[in-house]
Amino acid sequence: MTVTVSVPTILRSHTGGEKRVTATGDTLQAVISDLESNYSGISERLLDDGKLQRFVNVYVNDEDVRFSGGLDTEVADGDSVTILPAVAGG
Amino acid sequence: MADLTRYDSLLEALGDTPLVGLRRLSPRWDAAAGEAPHVRLWAKLEDRNPTGSIKDRPALRMIEDAEARGLLVPGATILEPTSGNTGISLAMAALLKGYQMICVMPENTSIERRQLLELYGAKIIFSPAEGGSNTAVAHAKALAAEHPDWVMLYQYGNPANAAAHYEVTGPEIVADLPEITHFVAGLGTTGTLMGVGRFLREQVPGVAIVAAEPRYGVGVYALRTIDEGFIPELYDPDVLTTRYSVGSFDALARTRELVQIEGIFAGISTGAILHAALGMAAKAVKAGERADIVFTVCDAGWKYLSTGAYAGSLDEAEEALEGQLWA
Repeated sequence: MTVTVSVPTILRSHTGGEKRVTATGDTLQAVISDLESNYSGISERLLDDGKLQRFVNVYVNDEDVRFSGGLDTEVADGDSVTILPAVAGG
Repeated sequence: MADLTRYDSLLEALGDTPLVGLRRLSPRWDAAAGEAPHVRLWAKLEDRNPTGSIKDRPALRMIEDAEARGLLVPGATILEPTSGNTGISLAMAALLKGYQMICVMPENTSIERRQLLELYGAKIIFSPAEGGSNTAVAHAKALAAEHPDWVMLYQYGNPANAAAHYEVTGPEIVADLPEITHFVAGLGTTGTLMGVGRFLREQVPGVAIVAAEPRYGVGVYALRTIDEGFIPELYDPDVLTTRYSVGSFDALARTRELVQIEGIFAGISTGAILHAALGMAAKAVKAGERADIVFTVCDAGWKYLSTGAYAGSLDEAEEALEGQLWA
């Protein structure tokens, strides 16, 4: 499965400045592992003790993965994965 | 005879907002016998509050709570980080009650918000656009530490915020639509979703609580480190069924559909919420299930006319919104 990953400014130092990259995998966990193989160091920015870092939000097709299985969330060919830091509203 | 709609003060003309069916935007308003059940959308018009937004509810409740606890005394100064609507609500109440009001607001907010705050007599301290409300919160916390005599009501962690929705907004919804299946609202301070969500979960078995979170342009997420991220203290993910991120293009498209198809002139965050609500409606249609989906119209569009959201093509409007805090 090949997905498009949107990378926030804060993590683009790992992707050579690219704001969108492609990655492969059947689950979000596999996608992050694939990202790490191409963009060294990015997984430790996203994960903390094997779980999503508290202030990192990841969305598959705009749905927050914390409500769809976390790192086990399945992805399909052509899905969009969006990574964003947690920000406030109000 | 209907209840009186006469009030001694603007502060009392709060709540009891209309719940309006969207007969044209709903995928299946009427269901004939033997056909799949109806899938209806219902808009709760929170722009019909004293200063025109849903934030009047938590703002007035937080002030009353601080008064009751003796934190706010006549002549006191209120400090609050806000992207606009909460500040406007607090400023109006401060004007009528005799408090000073200081807002810490990101500089990338609409000119109408600034003008309204100034009309209400509030002082605005601008925080940098980068980092959006996160930066405003950090700045306000620093100011509060320097000025212990100022009262920061702190909408992100004040239980009175969610309590206003648990005790009033939620019961209003259930009274109007006991058969509600979904509640969709914006995720900012999380007060609306936490308060209404908890109430509905107690009252309506199986109800879905859905968050729509605005996704801004990159500048708003320009934090220096991930650790500058911010999660409101009020937030409890267990209250939610799911959470969607909605970008400005989809929010703008839905905002325009709402006025062009249903006649409801709403702000841009409402478009984001409607987008998530329509997503829920499409799922219900696919599953052949009945749905009565309530979503909040957080405010009207007046405060966003200068952003270009309502004129020209959607692409032009999206470009004009880049870098702006539109929710």
